[in-house]
Amino acid sequence: MRNNPAISKGIDWSLVWIYLALVLIGLSAIFAATYQEGDSVLQSFIAFKTDYSKQFYFWGVTLVIGFFILLTDSKFFPTTANFWYAIGIILLLLVFPFHSRIKGTESIIRIGAFNFQPAEFCKIFVALALAKYFSRPETNFNRPGSQFTAALLVLIPAGLAILQSETGLALVYFSFFLMMYREGLPSIIPTIGFAFAILIIASILIPPNILAVLLSVIAVLLIYFSRRQIRRRRQILTTVLFIWAIAVGIQRFAVPFMFEKVLQKHQVERIYNLFGKDNPYDPQQRVLSEDASKKKKESGSSYNVRQSKIAIGSGGFFGKGIFSATQTRYDFVPEQRTDFIFCTVGEGFGFLGSMLLLGLYLTLLLKMINIAERQRSTYSRVYAYSVLSVFFFHIAVNIAMTIGLAPVIGIPLPFISYGGTSLLTFTVLLAILIRLDADRQMVLR
Amino acid sequence: MAVYNQSRSNTIRLIVIITFVLIALQLFYLQLVDRRYEQLAMDNAVYPKVIYPERGIIYDRNGKAILNNTIIFDLMVTPAEAKGIDTLDFCRLLNIDTSEFRKRMLDAIVKNTSVRPSVFKAMLTKELQARFEENSWRFPGFNLVERPLRTYPYHAAAHILGYIREADKRDIERSNNFYRQGDYIGKTGLEAYYESVLMGQRGVQYMIKDNKNRLVGAYKGGEYDTAAIAGRSLRTHINIELQQLAEVLMSNKVGGLVAIDPKTGGILSMVSGPNYDPNDLSGSNGSKNFSRMQLDVSGPMLNRAIAGRYEPGSTYKPLGALIALNEKVVSASYGYPCGGRYTLCGHGKPECTHAGGGHAANVRLAIANSCNAYFTHIYRLTVDNPKYRNVYDGYLHWKEYMNAFGLGVRLGVDLPNENTGGIPDTVVYNRENAGRWTSCTNLTLGIGQDKMQTTPLQMANAMCIIANKGYYYTPHFVKEIEGEGPADEALLQPFQKRHNVLTNIPDVVFNEVIEGMSDVVKVGTARGAQIEGIEVCAKTGTAENYTILDRRRVKLPDNSMFVCFAPKENPRIAIAVFVQNAGFGATWAAPIARMMMEKYLVDTLTAKSKLDSARIASTNLIPSYFKRLQYKEDSIRAFKWFQVTKDSSYIDRFSWQQSRQGSSSPFRKNPADEQLPEWVTLLSATYLPERGIAKLKMFTT
Repeated sequence: MRNNPAISKGIDWSLVWIYLALVLIGLSAIFAATYQEGDSVLQSFIAFKTDYSKQFYFWGVTLVIGFFILLTDSKFFPTTANFWYAIGIILLLLVFPFHSRIKGTESIIRIGAFNFQPAEFCKIFVALALAKYFSRPETNFNRPGSQFTAALLVLIPAGLAILQSETGLALVYFSFFLMMYREGLPSIIPTIGFAFAILIIASILIPPNILAVLLSVIAVLLIYFSRRQIRRRRQILTTVLFIWAIAVGIQRFAVPFMFEKVLQKHQVERIYNLFGKDNPYDPQQRVLSEDASKKKKESGSSYNVRQSKIAIGSGGFFGKGIFSATQTRYDFVPEQRTDFIFCTVGEGFGFLGSMLLLGLYLTLLLKMINIAERQRSTYSRVYAYSVLSVFFFHIAVNIAMTIGLAPVIGIPLPFISYGGTSLLTFTVLLAILIRLDADRQMVLR
Repeated sequence: MAVYNQSRSNTIRLIVIITFVLIALQLFYLQLVDRRYEQLAMDNAVYPKVIYPERGIIYDRNGKAILNNTIIFDLMVTPAEAKGIDTLDFCRLLNIDTSEFRKRMLDAIVKNTSVRPSVFKAMLTKELQARFEENSWRFPGFNLVERPLRTYPYHAAAHILGYIREADKRDIERSNNFYRQGDYIGKTGLEAYYESVLMGQRGVQYMIKDNKNRLVGAYKGGEYDTAAIAGRSLRTHINIELQQLAEVLMSNKVGGLVAIDPKTGGILSMVSGPNYDPNDLSGSNGSKNFSRMQLDVSGPMLNRAIAGRYEPGSTYKPLGALIALNEKVVSASYGYPCGGRYTLCGHGKPECTHAGGGHAANVRLAIANSCNAYFTHIYRLTVDNPKYRNVYDGYLHWKEYMNAFGLGVRLGVDLPNENTGGIPDTVVYNRENAGRWTSCTNLTLGIGQDKMQTTPLQMANAMCIIANKGYYYTPHFVKEIEGEGPADEALLQPFQKRHNVLTNIPDVVFNEVIEGMSDVVKVGTARGAQIEGIEVCAKTGTAENYTILDRRRVKLPDNSMFVCFAPKENPRIAIAVFVQNAGFGATWAAPIARMMMEKYLVDTLTAKSKLDSARIASTNLIPSYFKRLQYKEDSIRAFKWFQVTKDSSYIDRFSWQQSRQGSSSPFRKNPADEQLPEWVTLLSATYLPERGIAKLKMFTT
């Protein structure tokens, strides 16, 4: 890194261009969502008043930081990874005594005018630490011990985030399992996870007793058709019975327990709303749905999704144009500068614009996989997959929630959503990736 | 070990791609397939704001606006913006206390949320409005919003003009949803009859609203807006000064008065008593006054001039004379030896106020002296005319005449709810008398009684027919419609048609009767109706009447009636005055009609007339039994109220036994004699005299 040519050497410029394109789309979307007729744009930039001008300045700051990251020696990241992870965990812990007292923002530390959310950018540190852990020569991910340690690295910050009532951010940490899958997580684990997910969805959709009967019928049929194998190996019968017992146990006891005791009311509601149902664990709602099932109150999150779908759906093929987008311009969609920013794109630019944005994202993600696969060092590859996992989760869940395919989880859309912390986090994640990729011939440990 | 899992990168690629395809498919469905969302977005964000047109103005015959529009202001509040104002100061300004202020604010928030404006105080008085405007800068979140209001500068013609109210469910249904909730519609009077002309055309302004339903601007720059078209005005035949005089004269009286210009059929004036100030129904106390009047047994909302059914009594006699003369059953010189009663039917009825002296020696004298026996006799001669097979035929023929005179039929005046009056068919008499009856059965028809019932309008119109010697124009108010189009022609055409109903009666016959009516004023029963320099033709009428009160048949004071037209040559005004339970026709109805004629024909009242007018206006002739009726109605209502709500506070006011505790008297005192509770008297017609007294100033100054 002695002179300029060396800095740009090896840098994958296509990522940079995609990045710039996304940020500009994001800025214009925030502008469209928050600009009021008669605002003096110049004035607002000087006064640091409006959201779009703020985001613009945030972007300037993140560009500087990103630039510094590109100047950094690649070896810096593996060597300091553990240190960063420790810092991240400490910051997460510091939230508890120092968090802002405003309800709903318990995960935020305020220093002067700046809000600062450790759970958001701790993702970077976890990605670095995971890469470090996987690249250790003594790590063998086929061993349950290593799997356990890796899982722990992820679950600690996730657990802390849950304690700060940031379930959405916590869920992001689970996306690292996608990376782990690539790194050799036994197939049985995702299979179990998948089955588990299906079971939970089924227990939401099907009344508990009927589901229990269904499971039993499936078990009996399974035993009947495999009676020859069972005669040869008794073990199969025990396994089937064991799985049946677990499944029924989860469906009858674990799920109600989780919905009633672990998750918060609004979260359960969001999950049920996704499937077009009322939350049966809310006694108030139960009375309501019995009394006046037709006039049921539209709960907060289903209102959001409905308005969001109206906004996106009314966009049509070409969209209404950025200033004629009535739904987003007049605040029908709540949180539309942050979590529901995709509505602005969907309404203002229509199917065409949405597809272009999706295309950009898809290119970015596939590019990341390619980059990951071309790394010589495990460290870089694991890190690249971590970044991919985080981005994929954010993009997929955020867009899916705005169009009613996923429950409402408050996570931002990378580079588009308003918010300094998230813009900084994603920029740093990407900048480190670009830096590491520039040195892909190096072996980092 | 990385190498071993390389194939999994493809799995991950697949997962990513499948996820994106799913998202793209959902977007495809939302944005391109399901077009529902477009409409939902429109419903969400575009608000069609209805712009109400100004209703048309109504002018009198001299171009004076008697029904106009004005702007009144509602004080609106947007609670979210009204923070940090000096509440105490504000309350002092509006004359309310702080608890009232809090209550209204809370109401506003409950009704319309705190970010949308709601009415804080509707219809500010001029004074409050001025006071608020001076101080408005101190009270952010409060602002004045215009609302159009009907106003009646002359405080007159309430029953003619009618009133508007918000369209109710039935109006909306009847109009095939043309009217909407919140629209105003003419409910009665000219407002209702000419609704299509007066209402104008609604405009629509498409506004963008935000998530809290606040209007934030025009949708697409107002490209789809339509402007409101103001309602068109009406020019009427009403003479507003005459109308005002008539209302003053009729104040504190129950009855009806109609004055028509016989040349055109244009109604100059129409009063129904008890009357009310039309502004009472329009201003800030409109609803309150409305319900109060509806509960009043004297029926101030009823237009007795077109819907009151009265026996015409002696005022029928000129018509009877015309029919008999035209049928040639008698000649003009025919006399009847009346000895004080009619004896030919055996029972000596009806009686006559005069006896002998040749007071019915010919038609003219009989009319002038209003001889009952004479007219009973010529009625019998008319229906028993040998020209016809029997009395039934004769009667039907007589009835045809009556209908030609406009009695027993709807005339078609341009007001809703006109009554037909009643000239019974033979069917009625057949039923009552088992098909066997003679002219003696209903002989009092000859003096305008029995089952004959007419409205003041019908009698005024009958006077027009006599004045015109056989024809009339349908009585109507509206002379012309502003910007008259083909659709309006249908409205006005019926009033331009001359109805030659009785032109078959020769002029000599008319002249004979007209002379008789002239004699009524010169030498007959209504000498008080003489006007210097003008020859008046008139007929008085006095009709007995009874009512059932507390299950007893009670004889009430006679109805006082008077019909007339003037001048004799080239008549310009025809009047019918009916005053319920007032006494002789010559005592009350005649002077009222005389003032009207004097005012209209001479334009000014003499000093004596003014004095008379003041005397008449200040005399309260409202029947006293109304008080008793009102008491009964109110107590029944209070009892029903008690039954429904178990709230005894109203019914307690009626239990006179309780009010005199410890009274050992076993006799119940007649509750009608008791001091009535204040609110009962308030509900009855007592607020009317105040108006009359206020109007007396018209004569004293």
